[in-house]
Amino acid sequence: MKRLLIGVPFVWLFVLFLVPFGIVLKISLSDIDLAIPPYTPTLEVSDGWAGVAAFFSALDLENYIFLTSDDLYWKAYLSSLQIASISTFLTLLVGFPIAYAMARAAEEWRPALLMLVILPFWTSFLIRVYAWIGILSTEGFLNQFLLWTGVISEPLTILNTNTAVYIGIVYTYLPFMILPIYATLEKMDASLLEAAEDLGCSRMQAFWLITLPLARPGVVAGCFLVFIPTLGEFVIPSLLGGSDTLMIGKVLWEEFFNNRDWPVASAVAIILLLILIIPIILFQRNQQINKEAQQ
Amino acid sequence: MAASGKDDVFTPWTDSGATPLIRIDQVTKRFGDFTAIDNVSLDIYPQEFFALLGPSGCGKTTLMRMLGGFETPSSGVISIDGQDMSSVPPNKRAVNMMFQSYALFPHLSVWDNIAFGLRRDGLDKDRVAARVEEMLKLVQLSQFAKRKPHQISGGQRQRVALARSLAKAPKLLLLDEPLGALDKKLRQETQFELMDIQEKTGTTFVIVTHDQEEAMTVASRVAVMNHGQLIQVETPEVIYEQPNSIYVADFIGDVNLIEGTVSALGEGAELAWAEGRTPLIGQPGAALTKGQGATFAIRPEKIAISADEPQDRRNRVQGKILDIGYLGNLSTYHVELPEGPVVKCEIGNRSRIERRDFTWEDEVWLSWSDTAGLVLAR
Amino acid sequence: MKRLSAFNVVSLTLGFAFLYIPMLILVIYSFNESKLVTVWAGFSTKWYGELLQNDAMIDAAWVTMKVAFFSSTLATVLGTMAAYVLVRRGRFYGRTVFSGMIYAPLVMPEVITGLSLLLLFIAIGMDRGVLTIVLAHTTFSMCYVSVVVSSRLISFDDSLEEAALDLGASQFEAFRLVTLPIIAPAVISGWLLAFTLSLDDLVIASFAAGPSSTTLPIKIFSSVRLGVSPEINALSTIIIAIVTVGVLTASIVSKRQITRRLQEEAQAG
Repeated sequence: MKRLLIGVPFVWLFVLFLVPFGIVLKISLSDIDLAIPPYTPTLEVSDGWAGVAAFFSALDLENYIFLTSDDLYWKAYLSSLQIASISTFLTLLVGFPIAYAMARAAEEWRPALLMLVILPFWTSFLIRVYAWIGILSTEGFLNQFLLWTGVISEPLTILNTNTAVYIGIVYTYLPFMILPIYATLEKMDASLLEAAEDLGCSRMQAFWLITLPLARPGVVAGCFLVFIPTLGEFVIPSLLGGSDTLMIGKVLWEEFFNNRDWPVASAVAIILLLILIIPIILFQRNQQINKEAQQ
Repeated sequence: MAASGKDDVFTPWTDSGATPLIRIDQVTKRFGDFTAIDNVSLDIYPQEFFALLGPSGCGKTTLMRMLGGFETPSSGVISIDGQDMSSVPPNKRAVNMMFQSYALFPHLSVWDNIAFGLRRDGLDKDRVAARVEEMLKLVQLSQFAKRKPHQISGGQRQRVALARSLAKAPKLLLLDEPLGALDKKLRQETQFELMDIQEKTGTTFVIVTHDQEEAMTVASRVAVMNHGQLIQVETPEVIYEQPNSIYVADFIGDVNLIEGTVSALGEGAELAWAEGRTPLIGQPGAALTKGQGATFAIRPEKIAISADEPQDRRNRVQGKILDIGYLGNLSTYHVELPEGPVVKCEIGNRSRIERRDFTWEDEVWLSWSDTAGLVLAR
Repeated sequence: MKRLSAFNVVSLTLGFAFLYIPMLILVIYSFNESKLVTVWAGFSTKWYGELLQNDAMIDAAWVTMKVAFFSSTLATVLGTMAAYVLVRRGRFYGRTVFSGMIYAPLVMPEVITGLSLLLLFIAIGMDRGVLTIVLAHTTFSMCYVSVVVSSRLISFDDSLEEAALDLGASQFEAFRLVTLPIIAPAVISGWLLAFTLSLDDLVIASFAAGPSSTTLPIKIFSSVRLGVSPEINALSTIIIAIVTVGVLTASIVSKRQITRRLQEEAQAG
């Protein structure tokens, strides 16, 4: 019974998560080939040990060397990091006041407000990104509105630029930022602020000295929850970004589907994972600290 | 006891020339339809240790929060040191509060928590440090200065909260259920510590509590509250021995209540309580008239128990022992009278070897002196 | 009760306007007469009609529903098992690897998950189609289910199950009769989450799908790349409507249950 309970999900994840990952690692060390599958070597078990030996000796780091030599790749990594960082910061700027106001709202209103934040999350991601195409295009609603109010006289080019990517990321990932910040602010003891006031703080000082430091775990968690998935984002840059918007998820996709260079695509994936490990470990540690602090 | 010893000399409320520190003048506070404080007037004098006592929801916390400036009265005036406080926000009052939850800032060390208020006043570093050290010494926490609130025990947290609220040397310190989170033994120790610190610093303390024992122990005067009104404001002794109402008598300590009608009224009051029985005699409470329905209130420890009829006492009743509770320092007897009521009496266990004179189902006599009980209007 | 300050009211208003106006525009313009999505030319439901005529779209929707149903059901079973093992079964050999495999897919970029699964399917010579998408979706959504269910299991009183064993239930009976009914709400929300994730997924499905098995997101993506179209607006409106009704119903039902429980508890004193 117990063995079955552990065994079934374990085997499932082993076969469909760990093994595929090993395959990616292996292919990243292979060479591109005009064959099916389009890489070499393939393991020839029928040749016995010689086959295995030949297989391993044919693996090399050539693809990784290629990644460093072509500046497209490291530019893509850097630009992904930059876009992810900037949009995380923007999401924080937009999300914090909303989370703060929600936590300050009357208790009977909070479930409804929470619902309003979560609802878009259940709606298709693709549709939410798509909605912005109509808004940001040259003849889109934003330009129509701005022209009508007279703020601008020429339509702005927003769609297919990095600005559109930022807007798209902030929009789609906003709930991930609001929810953890709201959670920390909501459970904050209201008497802490009264105590601060009692000890001579103005409202503003109490915010800087008490609320903000105490919201930090939520802010950090929210930032990671936005930063980590944004780094490998594909849909937003390919729909809202322009040809000059470099993001590694898009590069990987194109390398795989358009260039059919599977070994290079695999190497791109491995490097992306290595980059992601750092924020993931930091995130884990932040969560651990929060858990301990609560006890 | 420090409080009772002090009472002999420290009774500013009886001195018509004394100026109160706090003057609460016809204050009412409403939350929507609910009246939390109902036309309360009260004076509290400098250096008093004043307790607001009552069940939860009686308005004691609201009254305290108005003193701290966290609520504003719907009508009436609160003045502190002669100054009307209605437009003074909490951060501008010479009043500090110790919160029920302690409200220690979890991200700051013990040291920084205590220094918090001092820094807001813009004190220079050396003076802040000196004052923090002084406060740490006062609450005996010097070696814990660097710890965070979650790294110290509940009792230590309580002391940090006290030190933090005293650091700015407020004219008035408000304590909201300061010992509520501590276990019983620690609470008793801390009560005496609180009194000690209050005396040392000479600060006026106003404490809110629902624990009557705590209020009696620490306070120079106790205000018993119910439904937003002050029922009685007096010293602990008076509150206990001369409660002005059944509510107060019942709320403070244990009491036996026997209902009847006033049959005679003179030096003492007589209460007819059962057909064919001699009336009970006790001290008359206020607003008593002959023929009126009233309640006889007698504390369990004031009742004597004997096997033979005590001829020398006018208050004596016979009954049967229903239950005996052995509490160590004393034993409690529940005695059922033939007329129905069960009277509780407490007898101290003075000798070490338990000598049980009485046992279940024994017929016994209960008696008490003419002045031991009170006859209170219903 | 303190009123919300003006600043807070403004942030809430602007925040929710930002979240909802884009979708609102999308919905309004799905009823636009004109083919030009950004110019209003009068009310019409013709795009909904055209959508229903679009066989490719209908086929894709059907494939998507099938995939979502099977993968979320499978993921719920596997994810609940995994959560139970992780929360309840204490230490066992390989626990670290196991919990690592549960949590890693949550933070794995979709492009990498998709790529690795595709390479697996090719390596073992599996034809890509509905089955491969189901396998792929089950794998990543079971991890979400497991997180949802284990958060409920953690707050679950151990002694309930022990009491069942004490009263003579077998391990399996204790789970079926005591644990499962109590964690049922979490299991159901896990299923709903898995279902939505599967409906929503573009990237992993694109890797795992074959030419004969296009899902709705893949279809939408390829058409959206060419620009906005009123037909997609109509489709989006339908999806938004279904999700809104679904989520609101679920939350109202659960809120009713909680209120009823509180009332009953209050009555019981």
